[in-house]
Amino acid sequence: MGRMRGVAWYSLLGLLSLVFIAPVVWMLTTSFKSADEATRVPPTILPENPTTGAYDTLFTGDSQTPVLRWFLNSLIAASGQALLVLVVASMAAYALARMEFRGKRIVFALIIATLFVPIFTLIIPNFLIIDRLGWLDSLMALIVPGAASAFGVFFLRQFFLGLPRELEEAALLEGANSWQIFTKVILPLSKPALATLAVISFLTNWNDFIWPVYTLFSPQNFTLPPGLGTLQGAYNINYPVIMAGAALASIPALILFMVSQRYIIEGVSRSGLKG
Amino acid sequence: MVDVLETAATSTSAPATRAPRRGAGLTPYLFLLPYVVLFVTFTLVPAGYGLWISLHDWDYLLAGKPFVGLDNYQALFDSASPVFDFFWQSMQATAIFTVFSVPLLVTVPLAIALLLNRSFKGRTFFRAVYFAPYVLGVAVIGVLWRFLLDPNLGAVNALLGAVGLPDDTAWTTGLPWAWISLVGVTVWWTLGFNAVIYLAGLQDIPRELYDAAKVDGAGRWAEFRSVTLPGLRPVLLFIVINTILASSNMFGQAYLITQGAPGVETRTAIMYIAEEGLRSYRMGSAAAMSYLLTLALLLVSMITFRLFRTKD
Repeated sequence: MGRMRGVAWYSLLGLLSLVFIAPVVWMLTTSFKSADEATRVPPTILPENPTTGAYDTLFTGDSQTPVLRWFLNSLIAASGQALLVLVVASMAAYALARMEFRGKRIVFALIIATLFVPIFTLIIPNFLIIDRLGWLDSLMALIVPGAASAFGVFFLRQFFLGLPRELEEAALLEGANSWQIFTKVILPLSKPALATLAVISFLTNWNDFIWPVYTLFSPQNFTLPPGLGTLQGAYNINYPVIMAGAALASIPALILFMVSQRYIIEGVSRSGLKG
Repeated sequence: MVDVLETAATSTSAPATRAPRRGAGLTPYLFLLPYVVLFVTFTLVPAGYGLWISLHDWDYLLAGKPFVGLDNYQALFDSASPVFDFFWQSMQATAIFTVFSVPLLVTVPLAIALLLNRSFKGRTFFRAVYFAPYVLGVAVIGVLWRFLLDPNLGAVNALLGAVGLPDDTAWTTGLPWAWISLVGVTVWWTLGFNAVIYLAGLQDIPRELYDAAKVDGAGRWAEFRSVTLPGLRPVLLFIVINTILASSNMFGQAYLITQGAPGVETRTAIMYIAEEGLRSYRMGSAAAMSYLLTLALLLVSMITFRLFRTKD
């Protein structure tokens, strides 16, 4: 393309980028403003006297908003679920991709059918099931039920179907059993897919909102998303503190996205189409 | 999902002549077991259990949960019942949000995908930037936009004031502003998701079709209508249905940005169902509502499927 067109092209893309980035940057800059400065009209663009005051308030805040604890809880829940998903989904996906057995059609059709069941239909009965298991107001409620999601099974099944069979057949001739083939041949070949699934599961759980809002009750047991709702109530218009909390919840997600964006986008764009 | 259905049909009906019979005996079931336990406990059982609950006067806090048949459903259609007004108000809110957000979320991401579906330097970078908000959770973007849209202190009104427009719009408490805010924020947040799906779809359209169109002397618009759109058909169907489902599931944005305001105008069906079932603990009634909503969504999805099929 010509030089002028090139300039116009990148200006358009750049302007569009600003729409997506500016709000997030605003969140970060506000978190380094004083409460006074954040209420000024018109607002300052960059903090005049950058301060970590909002973060100090956030971390030393009262017992109703133990933010570091929320951070830790989020980390445990998201890692725990990602791990659980990897184990159960890879095993199930392997069976569905490579084995023939009675009932396969039904199992697969049932799992597909749940893609059409809206989550809210399950939220009330699942609340009661969690209650019966004694998991209300605990991290177990956040780790286990979400691992029943069909996404991981579809995603990995699709990947396994694309793997060449020769290596498995060679292993079979050498007398390896299914479990050995699965752990020694299939899983090592699937590292990129497993990493993608782990990251997507982690982020999904890290960001989950409605479920923790209704199943966690004690501030000590919150994760960051319901915690942000609490911060909004507790700090009202002290926006630097709320933005500091939002930054705390965003930064791990954004870092994870930056290092693995190709995989995440690939995984997401396939979820709808081929998964 | 479309292709999921197709792969399901082909893969399960294909005879297993080629593969050695390594799936004999219990092995496949053992591999499936851990997932199936979770699936049955947290998806299959709750789907049936919810229906059972909806047939009872199920108050979480009371010992007695008498069977009431279809009373909970009947109450939703009885204008004298205490839930009638609130329920249909919330259904209306969900409908308004869906009707205004879906067309935007179907068209704008397509435009962005077309923009990105050319070869230029930095393409992957821009794709990542437009996708980035989606990586943030609804809680983050909710409190962030609650701040940006604050009528007095927010950047949005400050920006509008700076260019000489009214700077006192009640984005979070007035009508129709609250709707514009919720739709706008949602488009900003999830646009990248649909865009990357479109982009993958665009890249699956064979180059030869474009070359053929060029040979036929087709212009840009003719090419778009005769090659791009038909090629995107399955993707489009997926996006439309998935976006309808996602929009009618809207919860966090309204919960954090408008808190249902003004009054209960922006309280969506999910918000009302969750409040009724998980705050007031009237679970029978809430379960009945969720099944009615599911039924409505199923109907809408089926109509969409039909529309796409008959266009052939």
